Amino acid sequence: MNDQAHAVEIREVAKRFGDFTALHPTNLHIGEGSFVTLLGPSGCGKTTTLRIIAGLLEPSQGDILIKGARVNDTPIHRRNLGLVFQNYALFPHKTVFDNVAFGLKYRHVSRDEMADRVAKALELVQLPHLADRFPRQLSGGQQQRIALARAIVIQPDVLLLDEPLSALDANLREDMRVELKRIQDQLGITTIFVTHDQAEALAMSDRIVVMRDGLIEQIGAPEEVYNRPASEFVARFLGNSNVLPGRVESRDDRAIKVAIDGVGTILTEAVEEEGAAEGDPVRVVVRAEKLQLAAPEAQAEAGTSILPGGVEAVDYQGQAARYFVSVNGHQMQAVNAIDERPFRKGEAVSVRIRARDCVLLPSSKTEG
Amino acid sequence: MAQSAEGDLSAKPWLLMSPALAAVALLLVIPVFFIVVYSFWLRTAVGAVEAGFHLDNWAEVLTDPFYRDILFATIRIAFITTVLCAVLGYIPAYFIANAGRQHRLLLILLLMLPFWISYIIRTMSWINILGASGALNYGLMGLGITSEPIRMLYNEATVILGLVHFLLPFMILNIYVSLEAIDRNLIDAARSLGSTSWQAFREVTLPLSLPGLAAGSLLCFVLGAGTYITPMVLGGPTDAMFANLVFEAVITQLNWPLGSALSLVLLVVLGSVVALYNRFLGLGQIAKSFQ
Repeated sequence: MNDQAHAVEIREVAKRFGDFTALHPTNLHIGEGSFVTLLGPSGCGKTTTLRIIAGLLEPSQGDILIKGARVNDTPIHRRNLGLVFQNYALFPHKTVFDNVAFGLKYRHVSRDEMADRVAKALELVQLPHLADRFPRQLSGGQQQRIALARAIVIQPDVLLLDEPLSALDANLREDMRVELKRIQDQLGITTIFVTHDQAEALAMSDRIVVMRDGLIEQIGAPEEVYNRPASEFVARFLGNSNVLPGRVESRDDRAIKVAIDGVGTILTEAVEEEGAAEGDPVRVVVRAEKLQLAAPEAQAEAGTSILPGGVEAVDYQGQAARYFVSVNGHQMQAVNAIDERPFRKGEAVSVRIRARDCVLLPSSKTEG
Repeated sequence: MAQSAEGDLSAKPWLLMSPALAAVALLLVIPVFFIVVYSFWLRTAVGAVEAGFHLDNWAEVLTDPFYRDILFATIRIAFITTVLCAVLGYIPAYFIANAGRQHRLLLILLLMLPFWISYIIRTMSWINILGASGALNYGLMGLGITSEPIRMLYNEATVILGLVHFLLPFMILNIYVSLEAIDRNLIDAARSLGSTSWQAFREVTLPLSLPGLAAGSLLCFVLGAGTYITPMVLGGPTDAMFANLVFEAVITQLNWPLGSALSLVLLVVLGSVVALYNRFLGLGQIAKSFQ
């Protein structure tokens, strides 16, 4: 029974609305106590997946298991899940105390215990003094903390968060990100977090599930998804990436030489599972911050490719700058920390790419 | 400089409101003022109306138990009608609010459909249903359940029936508006926290729809208490409501001063109801259903 290790498991779950498939048959295991993020653009199926797990949507096929037990036929109110919504969804006609205590009313909890648990939950979200207020008297950030308190006070098996930070403004969002992660760590509660914000996903998750068009593109730890994207989509969705189409020129067991169409040849590190043979069409993915600009006279070191280029535009960001560089007429992006002064528009530069920063993707995945 | 800008700002709202204010003054304030003046005039025995300051109409209206009894009956009928509308209106309103988007528009259109037919015609249609030779009696006699037509029309019950028929759409629309405004996530949140759908309705949906229910009730009460056509068409000789007295005084007896005093009594009673409502619940909700 290794099902016990998974807090949530979905098996071949799909959701169709008429002719439209919101979620293709999908398998996903979520380990006990882990923080898993479903990341993707709108319409990718992440919210559909969350709502199916919550019991708000019925899957067209497949099984949902919570703590090893199939819950397809368990109505939402008996699934013991904590749900937090983007718009907080606090009951406007109830005080903060009554909002947080709501779930306890259906759990045969004594009055004293209820007061005690509500107080503890409010303390956990650092708003112990607001119990008598009404939601409309609270700021957005406070409302979201209360919504979180309401969800965790029932000690749910799984916490489901549907874009809980999107309605907050930028500074508050970053604070809440840290706060949410702290609370999750403290409680050790299995959490499924839905977002379209890659920064949130990278900062908070143990594992990220990147989704697109109702399919899972990649599952992995944040560093893994970020550094070794499994597809062009993942590479582009998580930060700025350069995707360079080309052809394998030659390979040995340490390096692969790729001729990039119209640009030049670059060296990539050979990873054993990549079966690219000589002549195969491939794409090389290089993150913008791994593309190093240097003075035009720079020399290639071992394991590094150098391409000549010119700065077309500069997006100055303070501690770093984003450059749009033209290399033989092809535009690339580079995000570099600024040393002394940023490169200027029109300046000639050499573009340095280290072999180990390149990810090789087969060309056949273009449509995926 | 700053002062002139401020001066412009304070004048602008009044300027923009002036057409509405003019309409209210011309169509509402001035006519009511005339009615107040009229109520102190007197209709002499020969039928001429004598201008002046006479308290005779007011003395008659305020002391004669005949008027008082009919006022109480009017309030009772309006109240029963309102309660029936609330109970009967909530269910369709809930149904429409939870219907799919396309169906919802169609259902609201159907709800508005009766307004395209004259209120008098709609009221009179009950005669064809409940009358001695109406559909119901025809059916009952055809089935042999009764040999004589049953007398169903012309009593307080048919007046209330007619009023419910007339006022139900107003109630449904008002409840619908407040139900529709409830965030679906609130219900989902309540359900996820462990409540059954019935508990979620009682804890979340019902309390949040009360403003619409209250607004609908106020409209039904005021419109119901002010009507004279329904009791005239569907009521018996003893089922007159207060507005019938006004009609009788003004149209039949041509006693405008008495009719004015009577209508002012109704205005004050219904105005107090509205004022009380506004004091405790606020009139803003009613405006929402017309948006």
